[in-house]
Amino acid sequence: MKTFGGPVLFLDRSDINTDEIIPAKYLTEVTKEALAPHLLEDLKLEGFDPQGATLKNSRVVVSRANFGCGSSREHAPWAFEVNGITVVVAESFARIFRQNMFNCGMLAIELSKQELDTLFAECDPSSTICDVDFANKTLIFSWGKGQSKSVSFTLAEFDNALVNAGGWLEFADAKY
Amino acid sequence: MGKTITEKIFDAHVKDEPFAGTKVLGIDVVMCHEITTPIAIADLVSRGKDRVFDPTKIKAVIDHVTPPKDSKSATQAKMLREWAERNNIRDFFDIGSNGVCHALFPEKGFIRPGYTVIMGDSHTCTHGAFGAFAAGVGTTDLEVGILKGVCAFRLPKTIRIDVVGSMPKGVYAKDVILEIIRTLTVNGATDRVVEFHGPVISSMDMDQRMTICNMAIEAGGTSGVCMPDSQTAEYLWTFIKEDYKNDKAAAVKDFLKWHSDPDAVYEKKIIVDVSKLEPVTTVNYKPDQVKKLSEVSDVKINQVYIGSCTNGRLSDLRIAASIIKGTKLAHGVRGIVSPATPQIFEQAMQEGLIKIFMDAGYCVTNPTCGACLGMSNGVLAEGEVCASTTNRNFYGRMGKGGMVHLMSPASAAASGITGKLTDPRKYL
Ligand code: SF4
Repeated sequence: MKTFGGPVLFLDRSDINTDEIIPAKYLTEVTKEALAPHLLEDLKLEGFDPQGATLKNSRVVVSRANFGCGSSREHAPWAFEVNGITVVVAESFARIFRQNMFNCGMLAIELSKQELDTLFAECDPSSTICDVDFANKTLIFSWGKGQSKSVSFTLAEFDNALVNAGGWLEFADAKY
Repeated sequence: MGKTITEKIFDAHVKDEPFAGTKVLGIDVVMCHEITTPIAIADLVSRGKDRVFDPTKIKAVIDHVTPPKDSKSATQAKMLREWAERNNIRDFFDIGSNGVCHALFPEKGFIRPGYTVIMGDSHTCTHGAFGAFAAGVGTTDLEVGILKGVCAFRLPKTIRIDVVGSMPKGVYAKDVILEIIRTLTVNGATDRVVEFHGPVISSMDMDQRMTICNMAIEAGGTSGVCMPDSQTAEYLWTFIKEDYKNDKAAAVKDFLKWHSDPDAVYEKKIIVDVSKLEPVTTVNYKPDQVKKLSEVSDVKINQVYIGSCTNGRLSDLRIAASIIKGTKLAHGVRGIVSPATPQIFEQAMQEGLIKIFMDAGYCVTNPTCGACLGMSNGVLAEGEVCASTTNRNFYGRMGKGGMVHLMSPASAAASGITGKLTDPRKYL
């Protein structure tokens, strides 16, 4: 199983698409590592710096609705993965992106709009850490001087099995 | 309780249900292109599993950047080419015979009613036009598909859309689907299949149905689907006539087994009346932000692009050419036409369409995705605007800082004449 949790990157916008996560011009790369410098390069979000330290240090992304829409490119989850980000938390995901995350043994976690509103309102974006208690399906957000918030989540049985197996290829190869 | 077409296809293909609600389906056609397949190939090779489950069920094409624009795209093409060769994949289409996957593969008769189809490409939903379950997937799903011939899905719920009324002059399948996406919104069909019904869909030919199903993903849909009928049989006839002993009525009757039952359960039913629809386009960077062209006619354009898996087929080129004939591109406007397949290109040439485009000042390219995804053949510069028959207007899609307005071939053609976004009706 992959390791999950660490500093959080908050992306307060809905409909972040996979072209923004990794632009098409990098799709000619044939290794995942080559995508690393280009993560979120074309993201349209006020104040966001794709070359900034916040992105480089992040391990968890928290965003809004319909995350990962558009192109099916698994380069999007890979671009996160090679940057150490293995968890994306959002109100909802596009089907293919969500499946790609679990197929890679990574986490695409859905929380309610209210829960996300609270996190966006309360967490300090520069210091928030998200710990993932996978066994108990709980995210623990902590920031500032000892402030914290726990949120529980659910995963479909299949998605849980993919994370435990390390991905769909591992799962399918053992079974079919 | 009745079943939808998707439920029937799932029932006929389910191989395993490892967990409640997760169906592992046998896949009839695994389609591959040079952008999303090479990393799957490299991974299979590194795992010592460089093999395919059934070479006759795998179809491969180099289409996104072709001929290659640089060493990297040449390497991707080489990886796909060599993999197809060593794995005995006969249906592989290289330079000279290649075209945009979702136009080429239907043309070759690879998609049939009741099939399951996957590809590492979100617009795989196009093939639902044939009454198939066709879904875009990522590279890992593709890799497992190549190796094992299976793919896992949650059984999607279905949204039924009945398209009724009569199509006004100047309104085409593209306008209808943009109106539907506006209604559904960009994630209104996430994890859903969108089933298209109604007299307007029944009277559409396969080119138009493919335009409709192609954009189901822009509303988040897992796939779009139409009921297979006489149009479907007609389109596929050369490939299926022996199966049906030259009896078209028998084929149409056989297709009925896939049709959604009258008492099938839908999550939602929507009726779209097209009678009052006007030619439309998208504004801004989301495909559900749709406006009447007549409301945005002051927007200047730098480029017209006619092509792609949405609207690069022969009927699209005919409509565009009928408007362009005898005109010139407006001063300062570039025009690019990319017929979606070599067969379309050849027919367009025979019909004199290519000459019409060239006389008007258009550049006609080889069949390729090219500018549609901003990789080659017509990438926009910062601040430039394109009237485009493609399917996606995301920020940066055709080039960083560019703006893409999605529209029908007729509207794109008319916009090229005036140099502004233009309602095509006055040219018809
Ligand atoms: S034409 Fe555009 S949308 Fe269609 S497959 Fe090619 S890149 Fe994708």
